[in-house]
Amino acid sequence: MASTATLRKPASGFRISRKMLPYVLSLPALLVCIGILIPFITAVIYSFQRYRLSQPWARQFNWGENYLNFFTDPAFWNTLKVSLLYAGLTVTLELLLGLGIALLLQRRSTVNNFISIMLLLPLMIAPALAALMWKLMTNPSFGILSYLASQIGLHDFRWASSPSTALLTVVLVDIWVYTPFIMILLLAGLRSLPTQPFEAAALDGVPRTFVFFRITLPMLTPYILTATLFRLLDSIQQFDIIYAMTQGGPGNTLTVFQVEAYLNFFQSTNVGRSAALMVILWAITYFLSNVFIKNWLRLRERARGEA
Amino acid sequence: MENTSTLERTLRLIALTLVVVFFMFPIFWIFLMSFQTNETILAIPPSIVFTPTLSNYAALITGKLTTAAGSLDIAFMRNLGNSIFLSVTSVALALVLGVPAAYAFARHKFKGSEDIAFTLLSFRFAPPLLVLLPLTQYFQWLGLSDTYFGLIWVYQLICLPLILWIVRGYFEDISADVEYAYRIAGHTWFATFRKIALPLAGPGIAAAGLLAFIFAWNNFVFALVLASADKQPVTVGALAFVTSSGIQYGQIASAIVLSVAPTLALALYAQRYLVEGLSLGAVKG
Repeated sequence: MASTATLRKPASGFRISRKMLPYVLSLPALLVCIGILIPFITAVIYSFQRYRLSQPWARQFNWGENYLNFFTDPAFWNTLKVSLLYAGLTVTLELLLGLGIALLLQRRSTVNNFISIMLLLPLMIAPALAALMWKLMTNPSFGILSYLASQIGLHDFRWASSPSTALLTVVLVDIWVYTPFIMILLLAGLRSLPTQPFEAAALDGVPRTFVFFRITLPMLTPYILTATLFRLLDSIQQFDIIYAMTQGGPGNTLTVFQVEAYLNFFQSTNVGRSAALMVILWAITYFLSNVFIKNWLRLRERARGEA
Repeated sequence: MENTSTLERTLRLIALTLVVVFFMFPIFWIFLMSFQTNETILAIPPSIVFTPTLSNYAALITGKLTTAAGSLDIAFMRNLGNSIFLSVTSVALALVLGVPAAYAFARHKFKGSEDIAFTLLSFRFAPPLLVLLPLTQYFQWLGLSDTYFGLIWVYQLICLPLILWIVRGYFEDISADVEYAYRIAGHTWFATFRKIALPLAGPGIAAAGLLAFIFAWNNFVFALVLASADKQPVTVGALAFVTSSGIQYGQIASAIVLSVAPTLALALYAQRYLVEGLSLGAVKG
């Protein structure tokens, strides 16, 4: 390839050297995103300031105070606990359920393919609107789920409006929306596995539990890891479902990181604390996304190799 | 697996039925609710037998709700229009910016190319409120707060990484030899890109665009923070609608149906590409 050749833009004498071309092509995309890096840096600066919108005159650097205060702040520990609980519960349950459904639909048949397409629909509904759907279904005066709960003896089951069941309810909505995500990734994984090991095992009469734990599961692991990390990254940052369903309530039952930061900023106008919360969440997601990207790259290379 | 017992087949069938009921019932139920009046919705026990009415949709589309208490304005169609406008323009912009960049990343291993590509990808995973909250202040200084322009810009955070990474994969799958041959025949770089690379990656670009559209449409937090009532898309508008319409549950349901119908239709249309798109190109469907 003649790498030193220069390119002539049609209708003008403007020359772009071959070396510059890729930069020129990717620069606009980069420029649009660079604007986002500035507020990111600003957020980090805010997190080291005492900054309340209600008292702008008292704004000053207090260095690590926002962070140090978290150690003795029960609200922060609650945020951390709820966020981890939410992420842990949703991802674990979605993984088990998604794997189960993928195994059920593994064989290619018209019915299975049809069902797997149908199951994609919840994933395509905006999470905020999905929460609204479930809010209508769990409404105490006419919600179908409240009615069904009362039919099985759970009278006055208050779903998201009771502190004891609020987490359960939003986790349920999350499972409804995102299980299909894990399901389709694992289904694609299952269907792409080589068939020889399974045929050999069947010929030798190997028990099916053994096949599942010793052949299927190990070969599926890269897919499971990618799907899990993907979901974990989103779930630890969940905002839409929780905010649309309860706005973090009742009380502070569901004040996960992003909801708490939002409420801190707009309701208690404590910008410093809000920013510090977001920086901590960013640190968590940065760590997770590095692990994720490594895994994802390996899987991606494999997919490209097979193509 | 041909020698499955009757018991196992029955269990499978039951499990699959439960799965389908759990995931399909909410959609089915809200769809039914959207054709009901408040009286039938509030009836106990709930029934799926009722006389369907189009009054909820009529109220939403005309923007006027007449009740015994008086007339009420509904801005829902405005929200729907905003959703269409914001999603279409955001995706169009992301395609214009993202496709050439994807081509550059796929064809040229230039200095820093992987770093730039990964920086763009990392936007997909950062907590949105981290940048959104300071951004509200910058937007006020720049006069961008509550403008379509500002929103479309921020929407690039969702659309660009998606398009960049999916389309890059498609370009990488196409052999570069055809392009070299065309170049050697004396055509410019731009002609090669336009006449060879773009058409070959066409289906991938279309799929990435559809997915980006779905994600832009479904976004909630950007508009919640940055837009006021008359710029809000359906995700935020429907939520505000719950409080403003009070107890008109049928209308909330029909607003939800109208809000999710476009993404559901697109998803069914593009379902072949969803697996690859959702995993950002890591898994082939």
